[in-house]
Amino acid sequence: MTWVPACKLDDIEQEGAIRFDHGGRTYAIYRAPDDQVYCTAGLCTHEAIHLADGLVMDFEVECPKHSGVFDYRTGEALRLPACENLKTYPAEVIDGEVRVALS
Amino acid sequence: MDGIVIIGAGEAGTRAAFAAREAGFAGTVTLVGSEPHLPYERPPLSKPVDGAVQMKAICAAETLAAAGIDYRQGVSASGLDAARRSVSLSDGSTLRYEKLLLATGAQPRRLTCPGAQHALDFRTYAEAAAIFSRAEAGRHFVIIGGGLIGMELAAVLRGKGLAVSVIEAAQKTLGRAVPARLAAKLHDRHMDEGVRFHLGQGIAEITPDAIVLADGSQVPADIVVAAIGVLPDTHLAQAAGLAIGNGVLTDAFLRTSDPHIFAAGDCAAVSQPGGGHVRFESWRNARSQAETAARNMAGADEAFVATPWFWSDQYDLGLQVAGVPLPDHRSVVRPSGGGELEFFLDEGRLVAAAGLGPGNSLAKDIKLAEMLIAAGISPDPAALADPGVNLKALLKTARAA
Repeated sequence: MTWVPACKLDDIEQEGAIRFDHGGRTYAIYRAPDDQVYCTAGLCTHEAIHLADGLVMDFEVECPKHSGVFDYRTGEALRLPACENLKTYPAEVIDGEVRVALS
Repeated sequence: MDGIVIIGAGEAGTRAAFAAREAGFAGTVTLVGSEPHLPYERPPLSKPVDGAVQMKAICAAETLAAAGIDYRQGVSASGLDAARRSVSLSDGSTLRYEKLLLATGAQPRRLTCPGAQHALDFRTYAEAAAIFSRAEAGRHFVIIGGGLIGMELAAVLRGKGLAVSVIEAAQKTLGRAVPARLAAKLHDRHMDEGVRFHLGQGIAEITPDAIVLADGSQVPADIVVAAIGVLPDTHLAQAAGLAIGNGVLTDAFLRTSDPHIFAAGDCAAVSQPGGGHVRFESWRNARSQAETAARNMAGADEAFVATPWFWSDQYDLGLQVAGVPLPDHRSVVRPSGGGELEFFLDEGRLVAAAGLGPGNSLAKDIKLAEMLIAAGISPDPAALADPGVNLKALLKTARAA
């Protein structure tokens, strides 16, 4: 497991998400209402849509195109048309810097 | 026991089949689709990848089987006997039903001018494949109709470097579904991209290599696509004597004039609380009506309530519209992330919102607007106009109030 520096916590709106590209892949990093950070695969499992463009409410993110919903803490697909879970990656904040463990 | 029969295996019919199972319906579910494919999504048809039309199945054959859905592929319904509750199919078989869902969709409106047979339709996978297989360098495409489908197709073809002309009978493009301000912005973008427009023009004739306009001028055309809208497919309902208007008429529960027959999606004209019947042609409407109809066929008693919503992608721009903006609504504009949002107020109440910007950048704002619309609030117009006011905060305040 390699920890990769991603962004500052303040780069992400509270209860929001940003896109993070690394090593030819794309991810979404979320800042929850409690300021915890989470990281998932960046694209919806239904069609290749960037989830960071979607609305984050509480601990859920909604795909901006087809309204599939995921729990970004676990990656669980909560609403159709998304039915395949999202891959998740460890994320943490150290001194205001967000880093994610991409394997 | 006779179960549920669904006529039409597009987005609405297929979604309804699964939703009936999700609602716990244990009887037979039969899904009848006239096309020779598994149920597939139509929105990707206008977005070919590396020149090839995408066939994106809504579900795998195994998924249909696992849900106990009997899918009749390549079969159409040829007759409906509402008194006997039976449907006759093109393969000679007959299905009896306890509940029937008409999800027959819509068919492209046909041109009536001389030479109309030269124009290609753009609705099915086969039609999309026919169009894009002709999209070779140097060809001149003419699209008849400057609505959403015509303009999306124009954008894709320009992206391939092909010459594109759009002929529109009205003075403006995108006049039906898109609010005027954003329609004008999209139109300007098409002009910048080199699409040639012929507005306010009728068509006298289509020849094998040109279109003759009503004023006698000619537009060279190697390939002609007709995108002048769709008509709801009401043949079956009409033959069975169901009430028909601009679609198969239903009550708020998506029931037709026969209590055993429901309708959903592009073919259904649904009774509105304020009077009249409205028919929507969008991906989400097809799915959400299908879900309500399926639950009601399975025994629920649920009125269909939803804020209409659709998107359109043209070049790198994404348009999203929630609710139904009307010219007499008060318009409030907010700049947002390289694009802009437009809110529509009816006597102070937020009733619709539209956004146009790069990619899906305005999607979350439109989603929040949709929730504000559903909450029935009357926000301060100054707050809506101010990009510094967070819409999510506005929603939370409204919900707490």
